[in-house]
Amino acid sequence: MSNILTHSPALVMALPLLAAFLTPVVGRFNRKVLGWFVSIVLGLTLFITLLMATQILTNGPMIYVFGGSEAGLTLPSGYSVPIRIIFHIDGMGIFMGLITAVVSFLAAIYSLSFMQKHSGLEKYYALLLLLATGMFGMEFTGDIFNFFVFLEIASIASVALIAFRSNLSGEPAEAGFKYMVVSSISALMVLFAVGLFYGQYDVLNMATIASVMQFTQLDKIALILLLTVLAMKAGSVPMHMWTPDAYSEAPAAITMVLVAASQASLYALFRISFSLYNISLNTITVGWIIIILGILSMFIGVTMAIIQKDIKRLMAYHAISQTGYMLLGVGVGLAVLANPVALESFGIKAMEGGIFHIMNHAMYKGLLFLTAGALFYRTGTRDLNKMGGLANNMFYTTVFFIIGAAAIAGIPPFNGFASKLIIYESVYQFNPLLSIIAMLVSILTLASFVKVFHSAFLGPQLEQYKKVQEVPKSMVFAMAALACIIVLFGLFPDVIVKNLVHPAVMSLINQTNYTATILGGI
Amino acid sequence: MIGNFPYIAVAILIGLGIYTLIFKKNLIKIAIGITLIENGANLFLITLGYRKESVAPIYTQAPEGMNMVLPTPQALTLTSIVIGVATTALILSIAMIIYNKYGTLNTDEVRRLKE
Amino acid sequence: MVGLLETGSGYWNAIIWVIMVIIIGIAILWLRSHGEEKYKKDTDQTKPFLSGNPEVSKEDSHVSASHIYWGFTEAMKNYYHPLIKLHTGNINDYSGWIVLVMAIIFIIVGVS
Repeated sequence: MSNILTHSPALVMALPLLAAFLTPVVGRFNRKVLGWFVSIVLGLTLFITLLMATQILTNGPMIYVFGGSEAGLTLPSGYSVPIRIIFHIDGMGIFMGLITAVVSFLAAIYSLSFMQKHSGLEKYYALLLLLATGMFGMEFTGDIFNFFVFLEIASIASVALIAFRSNLSGEPAEAGFKYMVVSSISALMVLFAVGLFYGQYDVLNMATIASVMQFTQLDKIALILLLTVLAMKAGSVPMHMWTPDAYSEAPAAITMVLVAASQASLYALFRISFSLYNISLNTITVGWIIIILGILSMFIGVTMAIIQKDIKRLMAYHAISQTGYMLLGVGVGLAVLANPVALESFGIKAMEGGIFHIMNHAMYKGLLFLTAGALFYRTGTRDLNKMGGLANNMFYTTVFFIIGAAAIAGIPPFNGFASKLIIYESVYQFNPLLSIIAMLVSILTLASFVKVFHSAFLGPQLEQYKKVQEVPKSMVFAMAALACIIVLFGLFPDVIVKNLVHPAVMSLINQTNYTATILGGI
Repeated sequence: MIGNFPYIAVAILIGLGIYTLIFKKNLIKIAIGITLIENGANLFLITLGYRKESVAPIYTQAPEGMNMVLPTPQALTLTSIVIGVATTALILSIAMIIYNKYGTLNTDEVRRLKE
Repeated sequence: MVGLLETGSGYWNAIIWVIMVIIIGIAILWLRSHGEEKYKKDTDQTKPFLSGNPEVSKEDSHVSASHIYWGFTEAMKNYYHPLIKLHTGNINDYSGWIVLVMAIIFIIVGVS
């Protein structure tokens, strides 16, 4: 068991990768067992991630050196800088890793019955496992070129999954094309920034770059490149236009995983601004840029969402809007990073709100997309004008939709309210206007979900939907798991904030801990 | 003797790639634009490793007393070229599917998903 | 106590909220049970009052999703028309936005 624990960083990334290559072989022999094989692999990954989380939250960050004679040997004899690829998992990394593990496991369970009528399922599951590998790699790595490689793995897998249903109509292919262009631009700009770092400092390890960083002009250019393209991959306005296209045309379980993938890019943005640069950059300017991006995303996201007719496009615009909340919270934390008094009083709380919102958003947005998938599975349409009166037939879907909509609108006692309350109160102390805009956006969020609930579920039963039944059990199980998590996080938010979110925030703020884990206190 | 010429070439390549992405209307030209940006980034990575009057970094056949260029950027560039192959193959096959379904490759008409 | 979240400037406890909702709900139900009991069922006394007009059937009075927030979108027409025109769906515009935002951030961070 301790052997598994020492090697768990590599196991969590390698297990889906190996299974992705075994999936076509398994599919060749027996098609029915394919979904169960993938679910078991991803369940095993979830279990190892939970083990790793208990280890990290009690004993401190974990490192894993690929190719070293033992797992923790970052500086072999005679070397003064780490030369191998190192996975460096601290509080923030395992926070995102838990989200990825839960979301990909539930996506595999949901796909057991959602994708049953499709052909080519071994390709779908192989791509889902590769997407999970890419996301785990992005969140665990401590090496900046390795981050680029995993970013590209995740992008290519998600493009192929978005375009998966293009045998009937051309829109998924168009959405996949747009997403491919956008993610190619962002990945190549990340590669350019990696080149800039390597050219100046001769190292690729993020902790080593952080320890020798002098903020030259080239570092400024690298910061701007990384900031813009990672904000674009996370879906912030004004580079957000790929988000509704990609999220609406992908199969419903994949949209849930894509939300987690966008949040992995958001994690990379925070990692670079906090752990790589920290106070050497001009925190007030960069913080305010992130805050302005957040405010624009919140407001434009929700106002575009109210007028949509397609249910998944509406939810995708809400994903943009909620990303604005995360950018706002962490941007306030970044803006006061150099000011210890303000950081103590509200900066840490603002960052806790933003980062807690990341996990809450993955849960309730995933639940909402799964209910939209359930509606599409039974009615065959995503158009809100054609749906109506489905609460008479689909009881469980209605209940889960109510839980998800109440959570996203910030209604107590669900988890959305807890994280939004922390964001409102701490951002108010920074600048009251930002907090008022955030509350307005919350009201408009509630308005648009009342619209969806009225159009899809309320009203008299329509003729064409008289025979519609509840969705199959595996889909209900996946939705029920997310609904349980939402209710539990809402009733006991302090357990999550104290044990998961606060270590994540402190590991972002303390750059010296980040470098000392790798370089051993030099 | 080489001076800053490779860096100017990198700037020209990336600039031309971004120009193609913004102003050209054919989907295949957009794929070529992405390839241009990728070539610029790869050239940038290799140029970083160059040291004056050095030879290729082959360990077993090094002549005595000469420096070698840095081998790490060459490894990074190889990885990046392979990723670029996968990206180009995927984007061209999606362009083929779009041509099959839409009948056109013009970005002004491949726009059914608008807001 | 269990479930107590400390935001920077206050406290929030979801369990106490749920208990208060249940208590106030029971109080409301008790008040409601003291209402008028003598009424004739299934006559005009139980129908909504529409100033004497006949009640339209539920299928005919259903507002479809595109028309629900008509007042809101009509009042904010000046904001929505340019915004919707900006969302063209054209891939060239997506790249244009990235370059534009990168240029703006270059100028801001470079100057400060």
